[in-house]
Amino acid sequence: MSFNTAKRSVVSQIYARSRYPSLRAASTLSAGFPKVAERLPTKYGGVYTVTLIPGDGIGQEITESVKEIFESVNAPIEWEQYDVSGMSSSGEALFKQAMESLKRNKVGLKGILFTPISKSGHISWNVAMRQQLDIYASVVLCKSLPGVPTRHSDVDFALIRENTEGEYSGLEHQSYPGVVESLKVSTRAKAERISRFAFDFALRNNRKKVTCVHKANIMKLGDGLFLNTFRRVAEEYRSSGIEFNDMIVDNTSMQLVAKPTQFDVMVMPNLYGAIVSNIGAALVGGPGVVPGCNVGRDYALFEPGCRHVAKDIMGQDRANPAAMILSATMMLRHLGLDHIANNIASATFQVLNAGRVRTADMGGSSTTHEFTAAVIKNLE
Amino acid sequence: MLHSRPFATVAHRALSSSRAVRRYASAAPTAAFAGQKGSNGKYTVTLIPGDGIGPEISESVKTIYDAAKVPIQWEEVSVTPILKGGKTVIPDLAIQSVRKNTVALKGPLATPIGKGHVSLNLTLRRTFNLFANVRPCVSIKGHKTPYDDVNTVLIRENTEGEYSGIEHEVVDGVVQSIKLITWDASERVARYAFHYAQASGRNRVTAVHKANIMKMSDGMFLSACREVAKEFPDITYDEDLLDRVCLQITQNPKPFGDRVMVMPNLYGDILSDMCAGLIGGLGLTPSGNIGKDASIFEAVHGSAPDIAGKGLANPTALLLSSLMMLRHMNLNEHADKIEKATLTTIAEGKATTGDLGGKASTQEYTAAIVGRL
Repeated sequence: MSFNTAKRSVVSQIYARSRYPSLRAASTLSAGFPKVAERLPTKYGGVYTVTLIPGDGIGQEITESVKEIFESVNAPIEWEQYDVSGMSSSGEALFKQAMESLKRNKVGLKGILFTPISKSGHISWNVAMRQQLDIYASVVLCKSLPGVPTRHSDVDFALIRENTEGEYSGLEHQSYPGVVESLKVSTRAKAERISRFAFDFALRNNRKKVTCVHKANIMKLGDGLFLNTFRRVAEEYRSSGIEFNDMIVDNTSMQLVAKPTQFDVMVMPNLYGAIVSNIGAALVGGPGVVPGCNVGRDYALFEPGCRHVAKDIMGQDRANPAAMILSATMMLRHLGLDHIANNIASATFQVLNAGRVRTADMGGSSTTHEFTAAVIKNLE
Repeated sequence: MLHSRPFATVAHRALSSSRAVRRYASAAPTAAFAGQKGSNGKYTVTLIPGDGIGPEISESVKTIYDAAKVPIQWEEVSVTPILKGGKTVIPDLAIQSVRKNTVALKGPLATPIGKGHVSLNLTLRRTFNLFANVRPCVSIKGHKTPYDDVNTVLIRENTEGEYSGIEHEVVDGVVQSIKLITWDASERVARYAFHYAQASGRNRVTAVHKANIMKMSDGMFLSACREVAKEFPDITYDEDLLDRVCLQITQNPKPFGDRVMVMPNLYGDILSDMCAGLIGGLGLTPSGNIGKDASIFEAVHGSAPDIAGKGLANPTALLLSSLMMLRHMNLNEHADKIEKATLTTIAEGKATTGDLGGKASTQEYTAAIVGRL
């Protein structure tokens, strides 16, 4: 069976199970984002070198799953692994090495690094990476899976989140004892490029509407700048037929839990992205099934869309590796290895939708290893 | 606006927190109701009917209160802004009434569109130091949503944070918005949250934060909560990240039924509306603004000008808000009685308004509740 027919049959199976066959099939195919990289990722002898940072919590377990699957399809990827941990600040030297590796390789796969809450602790390395590499666009895909029982069905939206400024600027000071100011920085340039990214994403993925999420009624200057820039960019896409609207973030949260099907592509500043991605993940089955990535002009870093360390289930072989596997397939597509990506993504969706092998978050009792084995069994 | 404390006290706190704690324990009663009954044996409460459907739903509440013989007499005022010295302000009469009665019930206000206009809600909040916004959300039997097990209480800091209103454009295209967190405001709202927990029998307070990213600002909010928590040894205190709370409530709201959540302004704004979404929208959720000088209970939905005057409006949100008010005034029996009548009317589904899938008018719905008292 040639590859294309194989893919079609998988897709049609997924369609057949869905009650609404006109909807997009579950696939990370829709993750095709506009490629903006100027330089190609590091490659020698047909093999790509990719930086791998498993991260804290369940990171080791779920990246192990990806490595096993990549091995079994013989993916032309060589990992440069850095076991950075944010649990203590002593990992800083290794973190710097990992950053250098990312700068060399241009592409990375990562889990989530823990960030301490105490003021004496180090700043978030997750945020530091996004800011230093200027991977400004976070893409998170929330799509209901027929085999994953949730309270809502037919959810299908993509969330584009500004990743490098806003509330995460890290600029804070105590101007007087007991009085702290935290700066949210909003710039026209960054609002413009993220808005453009959202519309380009919508065009490429045949999506129909882009919604800008904001709080410009209160933050009239900051979010006002974001909203006005979005509207200006939207005008440039008018002829493409993509609709656009805007919604205040509190109303968005309410609409998401009540009528989530109204959303298609959403674009927003940093903090609102954290909120919306978590609500979105909850609607489709949790952080274990939501893939994501961060892209900029030069670099792309792939990580689960809903950024949780999950220390509570760490080391118990209970984590759902699907989000990480699907993020890795987005990475394969980014590298132009679509056929391998399709193979792995199809196998993963088959396992999720068949519902026989379920990890604890999906109400089953299968282990991470069993899930991985099931995916490998379903590979072409 | 914020009550300021001498520098020395704050600096001192680090050395002897227990002393500071004793001193602030006396701050609690400022938020409690201290009104007196008038000569007719009734409390006077200011009523701001509001715009759009406001007058209709206020009428409904008044009818139900008369029937339930609640010892309250209403003092109706308008807050429609007037021009004074070139500025739009709330009429003095309204301000004096709320200040005197210390309790008010408010219908929805239309937001006038125009530049440089400070919203009426914000003006009220500032005038009366309304520092805590209380938003309970309980699933309502008879109104089906994907969630039927919601019972959350959220308390939101209401005066500062991201809503400080301090913003400036540094150079063209670069804006700084300042999130302001003060120890005083954080401690004040934390204290109210613990009091609320104690009074409502929820024995756990969870502070919701993003202190992994905003280490100083949200960090100070947490420090204030921890400090207050020490005074309430019977109440469990914990902290959770905003991300995790959003995820967990949306996945399964049930575990949040045992606690009171407390958080800075913006998070509270977003999460309270999200919780409202879980149970079916703002038409069913009450809200109370607790302040130092007065407390205002309100319906947070819009004024719905499209159905105003047609007798179609659902008064539930305003009615439930008024019940929060009764409990704030320690009129618990009356509150329980009206609540029971309201909830059974909705659960039965025979006399509900259009937004709940029924056909009844505002008056018919009101009559059905009165019939069950």
